Amino acid sequence: MDGAQLTQQIINGLTLGSLYGLIAIGYTMVYGILRLINFAHGDVLMVGCYIAWFAAVQFGLPWWVALMGSMVLTALLGVIIDQGAYRPLRRAPRISALITAIGVSFLLENLGLVIFGGRPKAFARPEVFNQIYEWGGVRVLSLSIWVPILTAVILAGLLLIIYRTRVGMAMRALSRDMVTVQLMGVDTNRIVAITFALGSALAAAGGVFWAMKYPQINPLMGILPGLKAFVAAVLGGIGNVVGAMIGGLLLGMAEILLVAWLPELAGYRDALAFVLLIGILIFKPTGIIGQELPE
Amino acid sequence: MLEVRDLQVNYGGITALRSVSLSVKQGEIVTLVGANGAGKSTLLGAVCGLVKPASGSIRFEGNDITGRKAHRLSRRGLILVPEGRRIFVNLSVTENLILGGYFRPKGAELDQDIEKVFSIFPRLAERRKQTAGTLSGGERQMLALGRGLMSRPKLLMLDEPSLGLSPLLVAEVFGVIEQIHAQGVTVLLVEQNAAAALGVADRGYVLETGKVVLEGGGAELAADGGVQRAYLGMD
Repeated sequence: MDGAQLTQQIINGLTLGSLYGLIAIGYTMVYGILRLINFAHGDVLMVGCYIAWFAAVQFGLPWWVALMGSMVLTALLGVIIDQGAYRPLRRAPRISALITAIGVSFLLENLGLVIFGGRPKAFARPEVFNQIYEWGGVRVLSLSIWVPILTAVILAGLLLIIYRTRVGMAMRALSRDMVTVQLMGVDTNRIVAITFALGSALAAAGGVFWAMKYPQINPLMGILPGLKAFVAAVLGGIGNVVGAMIGGLLLGMAEILLVAWLPELAGYRDALAFVLLIGILIFKPTGIIGQELPE
Repeated sequence: MLEVRDLQVNYGGITALRSVSLSVKQGEIVTLVGANGAGKSTLLGAVCGLVKPASGSIRFEGNDITGRKAHRLSRRGLILVPEGRRIFVNLSVTENLILGGYFRPKGAELDQDIEKVFSIFPRLAERRKQTAGTLSGGERQMLALGRGLMSRPKLLMLDEPSLGLSPLLVAEVFGVIEQIHAQGVTVLLVEQNAAAALGVADRGYVLETGKVVLEGGGAELAADGGVQRAYLGMD
């Protein structure tokens, strides 16, 4: 593989990794606060894609309006799922909420099949993302350049919320001690709702870019990115937002480079994530930058 | 200021508190002494809204607050500094203090209060940017007290503030409690260190297996033969 090809593959890896990272952040934030693996997260992404599809394709709205609208409505969906399905189980054993999450996942997938039908819908790429850039033999789609940039912007915004606002402070405190934080006057339900809203909005963003990449959507499209993003979250150290992004980038890069260097193994691409998951669980279960905090 | 009447709390079939009544008047320091498991922390938990009582009533500043949510009560100035400090170890010292005043508006007044806490506890000022997890036990207790003060409490409830501290630090903590009280904060103090607690208290209650068995003035209780034998280690 020559330098141009390698550059091209690295850009592709960054793009795919950014998407995994965006989705993984939702897993990791919810886990950090509720110790719940929200298995419905991938399906929330799918709903986000359909919202954007209706906005952009059916109503002909500009892509960024569709994206913003999808993020807002998907955030709302995340909050509704939490309040409706998980909140009544806050004091129940953790396994109950986990099983409920799987139930919500099936519900969304099947509702999607009933409402939208099983046939994939074409998700037209907007003009800005459909250019081919070419320098010195490197050919990339403009989407592949824009996705990492927009992801960096979104991540910076999120980190600003988490580390520079009081709500973010309450989130971090809540993730350590759900009881004591109430004594500070923090309404824990509100903070949990905000967490679901942020995580779901990011999943919608990741999903819409994912849809533009392929470019089609179907009601079961959330399953695989959802599972892989979960692996990315564990890889980076679950509960850690920056870790989720790093895990996502590593996973995306690993997948792309596997296909590039060992094309004969390309068919095992989806299995790679799970091999990595098993590996990390054996050798460093706290993830790359996860660590045991002193009590 | 605080009126607890006939409070009963059950924990999964076990009665933790039975028909407990006590009151704290504005400006007092009231202490609650009793052995481990007597129900002291349960009582504080019920008052601050973390534990749901089975029956009885709790009134704060004349309003019935029985069963109200903890975050609402702390906004009204009913503040618990919990047992074991429970500081947020992943946040910085300053962030812990800001969170203590979570519901107060940002601005000069809040910043002044942070500086005030730092002037009471100069050791915290030196470590303001440090992660709270790096603090020693005594510093954590000071941070927990400071965090409690950040909400401008009307009634400050302290659960075992001297637990696990060296005698020197215990004296320091009690000094600070008196200082806080002198600034007009009413204090309800739960302590295993009954001698120190009764020494600063206006009044006290003795709790045994979920019941109030004795009440009286601080000095009066400290002079009581039964209290001396059971809690003060005297024969």
